[in-house]
Parts: sequence; C-alpha cells; structure tokens
Amino acid sequence: MIVKVPEGTTILDAAKKMNFKIPTLCNHDDLCVAGNCRVCVVEQLGGKVLVAACATPVSEGMQILTNSMKVRSARKHIIELLLSEHNADCTKCYKNGKCELQNLSNEFCVGDHIFLDLTDIKKYTIDRFSRSIQKDDSKCIRCQRCVRTCEQLQGVNALTVAYKGDHQRIITFEDLSMAEVICTNCGQCINRCPTGALVERTYLDEVWDAILDPSKHVVVQTAPAVRVGLGEELGFEPGERVTGKMVATLKRLGFDSVLDTDFTADLTIMEEGTELLTRLKKAIVDKDPDVALPMTTSCSPGWIKFIEHTFPEYLPNVSSCKSPQQMFGALVKTYYAQVRNLDPKDIVSVSIMPCTAKKFEANRPEMRSSGYKDVDYVLTTRELARMIRQAGVDFSRMKEDQYDSIMGVSTGAAVIFGATGGVMEAALRTAYELVTGREVPFKGLNIEPVRGMEGVRQASVLFEDCKEEWSFLNGIELKCAIAHGLVNARKLMNGVKNGEIDVHFIEVMACPGGCLGGGGQPIPTNEEIRRKRTEAIYAEDMSMELRKSHENPEIIEVYRNFLGEPLGHKSHELLHTHYTRRVRY
Amino acid sequence: MVIEKYKGMSIKHVKRVDLIFEKVSCRDILVKIMKMTPDEICQELLESDLKGRGGAGFPTGLKWRYTAQEKDPVKYVVCNADEGEPGTFKDREILEQVAEKVLCGMATAAMAIGAKMGYIYLRGEYKFLIPKLNEKLMQFHQTMDEFNLNFRIQVRLGSGAYICGEESALFESIEGKRGEPRNKPPYPTTSGLFGKPTVINNVETLVYSVMIMKYGAAHFKELGTKDSRGSKVFSISGDTPKAGIYELELGMSVFEFVQEFGDGDTKAVQVGGASGFCVPRKKFEETIIGFEGVPTGGSMKLFNSTRSMYNVLHNYLDFFSEESCGQCTPCRVGCQQLLKGVESVKRGDKTSRYLDELVKLAKTMKRASKCGLGQSVGNAFGSIVENFKEEIIY
Repeated sequence: MIVKVPEGTTILDAAKKMNFKIPTLCNHDDLCVAGNCRVCVVEQLGGKVLVAACATPVSEGMQILTNSMKVRSARKHIIELLLSEHNADCTKCYKNGKCELQNLSNEFCVGDHIFLDLTDIKKYTIDRFSRSIQKDDSKCIRCQRCVRTCEQLQGVNALTVAYKGDHQRIITFEDLSMAEVICTNCGQCINRCPTGALVERTYLDEVWDAILDPSKHVVVQTAPAVRVGLGEELGFEPGERVTGKMVATLKRLGFDSVLDTDFTADLTIMEEGTELLTRLKKAIVDKDPDVALPMTTSCSPGWIKFIEHTFPEYLPNVSSCKSPQQMFGALVKTYYAQVRNLDPKDIVSVSIMPCTAKKFEANRPEMRSSGYKDVDYVLTTRELARMIRQAGVDFSRMKEDQYDSIMGVSTGAAVIFGATGGVMEAALRTAYELVTGREVPFKGLNIEPVRGMEGVRQASVLFEDCKEEWSFLNGIELKCAIAHGLVNARKLMNGVKNGEIDVHFIEVMACPGGCLGGGGQPIPTNEEIRRKRTEAIYAEDMSMELRKSHENPEIIEVYRNFLGEPLGHKSHELLHTHYTRRVRY
Repeated sequence: MVIEKYKGMSIKHVKRVDLIFEKVSCRDILVKIMKMTPDEICQELLESDLKGRGGAGFPTGLKWRYTAQEKDPVKYVVCNADEGEPGTFKDREILEQVAEKVLCGMATAAMAIGAKMGYIYLRGEYKFLIPKLNEKLMQFHQTMDEFNLNFRIQVRLGSGAYICGEESALFESIEGKRGEPRNKPPYPTTSGLFGKPTVINNVETLVYSVMIMKYGAAHFKELGTKDSRGSKVFSISGDTPKAGIYELELGMSVFEFVQEFGDGDTKAVQVGGASGFCVPRKKFEETIIGFEGVPTGGSMKLFNSTRSMYNVLHNYLDFFSEESCGQCTPCRVGCQQLLKGVESVKRGDKTSRYLDELVKLAKTMKRASKCGLGQSVGNAFGSIVENFKEEIIY
C-alpha cells in the first residue's frame, strides 16, 4: 500500500492513515517522542537495523514492513524482555485488565515465556506513604512516560530517571517517598503509566464498609468533571454526559444521600468572589499596601501543593477558600447534619473526584474544622467505575435520576468548574452582576475569552455603571489570567513575579484541560478526549436552567439559614483554610 | 597494499606508521588551511577517504560537508575524548603527547563548517590531563587571536558513563542532562549539540584530518586498503609481550597482527573491545583488520590458551549490563538476559540449546536497540558463542 503524508510525519502516524496499527508502549499523544520501549520497531527495506515507528519521520519513497519476520521476532522478544523484568502478578494487580503490557503480552506472547525471570533478583518495596499515589517499582517497565509527564506537562520533576543499565529506575529526589517530595499528587503520571507501577491509593473497601454499615449515614458528592468522564470507563464514547445515570447508580449502590459538589462550587463562587471584591476594595479604596493581589483560585489541590512548594512567597495571594470538595465536607458534618437531624459522628462523607490530589487534600490536618474530618474518603472516577462493576449494576441501562436535596441543587456556573477557565467564568458571571446589577456582557453568558486550550490565557472585563456600594470599581478593568497544567502555572507565576503579567485574578488548574483532564479520570486521556469532555461540560452548562451561582436557591437558603453572609464568621470557620510552606524538592 | 595480496600469504611484517605522534608545527598547518576554502578542506578530506577512527567509520569529509551545508549561524565542533571502550587507551596518549594537533584538528573542522565554539568531552577518569590541556588551550586561543580566527574551545568532563561516548548521549551530557542517546534522525550534522549542526569526531580522527591537510590526501591514501585507507592507532593489551600503543597501517590480517604481537599461544583476538568481534585462531588468516573485515576503534586484546572464553564473555556482558543507559528495552533487559543466560547454561540450569535462544536475542538487540551500544552487544556475544561454544557450556 502507498500513502502520501506531509513531510515530518512519523511512520506510526502514516501507518495509522493506512489503517495499520503498530503496537506502542512508551508513546503517548500528550508527550514528546521517547522511542525507548522499541515495541513499535518496523523494518525499513534496505536498512540494516529496525527503526522505531514512533520516532522516525517518513521520507520520500520509504518502504516499510510492519509485520515482517524480523519485526515479528524482535517485537516478541522485546515484549518478552519487558515481561521478564516485570512483576507480573497480574491477577492481584490493581491494573489487571487495564494494563498496556498485559494487552501486548496477550496479543504477541501467547504460550511459554522464553527468558529468565529477573524479578527475583530485584527486591523493591512499594511506596505507600502518599495518600494519593502508590508507586511499585517492581512493575515499572521504564517507559519514562511518568517522567516525561511530570517534566513536560507539569514542570514539577518529582520523578526522574536514576542509575543506569540493570539498576536504572524511576525515582524521586534522594529516593524519598512520594509523600516527602515536591509531588503535587496530580496523578497525571498515573493516568499515563501503562502498567500498575503508578496507581492511585484506593479506598474502595473503606467506602463499601461504610455503605454496608447500617449505623453509618453515607453521603456522596460528585465533582463536575466526573459526569463527563465516567461514561468512558463504562462503555460510552468520550464526551458522553452521564449525570442522571450516575446519580441513579450511586443511589443503587447504597449511598444514603447522593449530592453534588457543584452545590459547593456555587458556594465557592460566593465566597471567593466576595473575597476578590474585598481585596480589590482594600487595594483601591483603603489603599492598603499589604493586600495580596493578584488573587489566585484555590480549587485545585494539585495547584495548592505546587504553589506551597515552588512559590511559597505567593501563598498570601491564594484565596483562603477551601476547595468545593472540602467546603462540601465541612457543611455535610454541620449544616446537613443539623437539617437532617443526624449526629455528625455517624456521617461518612465520600467524594467522587476526577482527581488524585483530592485524596491528599482530604487528609490535610487543617481540613477538620467541624471537629470531624470534612471528607472521609475520596474515590476517583476510575474507582467509582470499578465500584459500579463490582456491584453488578448495568450502567448503560440505568434510568436517569436527580440529585437529592439538600445540597444537591447547582447551576451551570458550577458545572464549568470542570474545565479550564470555568472557575474564572463562573466568578465573572456572579461578580459582574453583583457589582453592576447586570449580566456579564457576553452572548448567552458564555465568556469565550476565558475558554480554550491555550496554556496561559488572559482576558479582562470592564466595570461600568456600578451599583452604589461598588462605585469604586467604576472604570476598572478587571484583568484575569488562566493557566492549566502546572508547567503553564509556573510560566504564569514567573510572569507575575517579573512583572510581565499584571492581573487581578488568576485561575490555575493543575491538570491539562482542567479537572476534566484530571489524574483520576479514565485512561487514556489525551488531547482529543479532553476536547470532547470540554464540549460535554459546556453542553451541560447550557442545559441547566440556572447558570449563575448566586441564583442557586439552595445557596441563598444556606446563607439565610446557616452561614449568614459570604466571608461571615461561620464561613471563616468552616469554609476557609490556610496554607503551608513546603520543601523545594 | 590491497587485500588480494594477503590471500594465502604467510607472514608479512606489519608496517609501523608515524603520523599521529609526529611532531609538527600546527601554526604552519593552520596557515596552510587558512588559505583553503571550507569546500576545499572538505574535498581534501573526502579524497583521503578518511573514515571515523572511533569505530563506526563514517567518512569524515562527508560529515564535515553535510554540516558545512547547514544554514544555521551557530554550529559546534565536538571532540569525543570519552575513550571508554574496554582495551583502548590511545586517545589518552594522543592528548598527552600531541594535544595541540587535536586542537588544530578542531580548528580545521571549525573553519570547514563555520563554527565559533568547540568542546572537548573528556572521559572523567582522564581528569589528570586537564592542567596540561588547559595550558595547550591557552596557547591555542592565543594563536587563534593572532590569526584573527574566532574559535574557542572548552573542556567538559564526563562522569564515568560508557554510554556518554555515544555521540548523542555525549551531547545530552554536555547540555547538562542525563546521558541518554537520542533518536536518529536527526543526525548531529543537522541537529547536534544544543540542537545545532555539529561535527563530532574522535580524537584520533581530528589528528588525522590535520595530517591530511599537511601532507595531502594522496599521501594518506598510499597507506591501507581500498576500504580502509591510511593507518590507525592501536591499543594492544592482553597476552602479549608487547602491550602498548602502536600506529599501524590498516589492512593487515589478524594472523599478521598475531605474528607481530602474540605470545606464540594466541587462541583469540578481541578486535574492537567489548563492542567488537572475537576472532578465533582458525579465522586469523582470513580476517582483515579494517572496515572490510572487523573494524576497530583501536582496542586489540589477545587471549592465549590459559584464558577461559566464558570468563571473557561474562566480563563483557557484565560490563554491558552495567553500562547500558537503561532507556531502551532490548539493551537494558537484553544485556541482563544474556548475562544471566550464559550463567544458567554454565551452571547447567538451562540446556545448551538455550544458547540458541540467546543468539536470537542478541540478533534482536542488534536490530532493535536504540543506539550503537545495544546494537553492538551481539558482536562479542555472537562471535564468542559461535567460536567457543564448548567453553561456554562446559
């Protein structure tokens, strides 16, 4: 077969065009080419050696054999070699059935394994110190996807290659545990690990135990991005919205109340929006030199840990608001308990998150302001899918259902928290209206300038004809910046540091694309899938009756009956937090 | 001297050459080169048929010409002095004795391609050479200033990794990264050090290019064979009464070599170090040392009948297991499998037929590894197992 492709196309992509699938392992759409696993080797006619299809650009007249004798033999050998140093306890492995090496083995190495088992020689201990990530070197196949992820997507470099030859390993600084280093727990490495070497710490059994304990009242909250990702784990196409099915299934699983993190996303807007306006007032009216601007969002726990490690001097700039997950947890054990007449000690609060960093966040010592742990267990989107499979629920046939009340009502502004730029957009929708009494001057409330996939984006909104109490903002152009992926967050913060970026408000999401591309989302996640999930998020927003946080009736109610006012005494006690300086490695 | 001459011949004296260590005036040579156009320099080298003396044997003139043709205003010349092949120690001697000729070679390359900056990547263990080298560099830079040539050289020290002798891993190392080979293409001539067009040559190659500039391509071509022109510096070690460094004309057979350097009981010669080939006694006469036969970066190890070829092989495999950078599967795991594999066969845990599997594996490593290291592990393995099977098994 002959194919014409643009110059620079790799053999792999050219083959794809011709509907030839060349197996790969170290290759990932999000990452630079490594060409180190060699699974994708193909034969170039006339060449002495085989070439890596992922790393070799095509050239005029090049003739490639993808399945020749030499290729087949080499490919089989390479997979066998990987298996020989891989701790293949597949039946006990967390990634069983979802392991790329297992799939390759299944396709190419049926039958006896030729080579000696090298796993006996190397003894590794599993690093289980992190609340979010579990690292098992015995399953590592050195594809370096995690290293490239941590370096290229996140700019964190918590993981790196160390030693050479037979001792080569992926380690942290000084081989410390993942809990002791700069790791932000974002889980992007987990999302890209082809085997079970990097997986999330799972709390499935604990959650099941709580559900099945009749003395416990188990409340579950679901994050915005879960509803556009969960389907992928359960047989749906990327970008399928499964909100109703998910809610129905959670009820079927036995959760006593199925609620929505979106509720506290709306609450976050109220608190954070007020905090921003207060800071602006302090700066403009009171001319307070100590007020920390630009203010940054605090929803993304990966971002929080990142700034604690890398820009600790900017911690006063971070909004003191807890993330929606933690606000929710704090309210469940206070407000919810009060309304439902429950003893908070009997409540188990579970959250379903697209995120692994949320597991760490829930375990922060400061996150127990109600006297109880705000959130007891955090499960990822992937773990929820596993739970559903364990329970034997046929997800695709579930009838759609609605969130319970109280704390189940939300707006479109909360849904878009799941996409990069979403918090900014939601905040602007509310802040602008609060200040001017009018809707934001964008068609259909869609603030397009803050949307998109560019790493660092800037936008601004001009305040005019403000209400009397906000008249000091008249003529002020509120300048915002948005970054997603920590490598971009670093760029943005460096820009702020050296004065190149001069803004009032910054939104950072640790993961590429925002939460919808989170480390706890279905595998694979890549650019195309992120785009589809983004479309789904905005479609969900459009489908909502209410699209502005301050119009959420339950939010109005919670302030009237419980919290008082944004940034009020009770808010400060339950919904706000503080941050910690951390090491730079 | 052509190969045909050797067929069936018994003894011929190996011809000693004195080009590399010949004391010459680099100033005079530079003056001569400065009168040449870049194209003429490349042309002279091309005509000499000089091939890279590091072992891979890429035509040096071609390498320079490709780099010269690149449009980038920033280019580099790199001298590969990371001499790490087991059994070679000639670059060290060259740098000790005639470092000015190496620098002169780099300046020649710089003039040919239009580079302003050069690096010498020196093997970490050769740290002791630095003071003397710095002295020579000072003089060299003075000469550059005097001649109004805008070219500077810096020394970069390796840290003991064999893989950093591989050109792209060497670049990574100079750039401050972990020394791991890159994907090719792109080749150094288009994207080398810091992503710029780069000429990278072995120490010895650079000196030969200077001598070719001095004496002309025709003079150089008088030596050697059609495929292996000129001479080469050999590091001779092992069971020989005459261990040391010798500059010899290329094209001799292993038989002639052994006649000259053997101890009378030579059973095998490892040509080209751990990544080279093992030539057994029965193949001495038919094997030419050069690009038409077994190429070498200079390492010649002689083994007599007291040596266990199992130990020799084990030693090499142990070396490769440790010195593989570890990034690509065939090399990282393959080396360990070969090592553990021959141990298993030796112990009797695996039958001798397992060796056949290992030979097949070595072929895969040769074909599918990312860089020259993994691709050449099979050379020593294949040739030792093929010729000394009994010694491996029993």
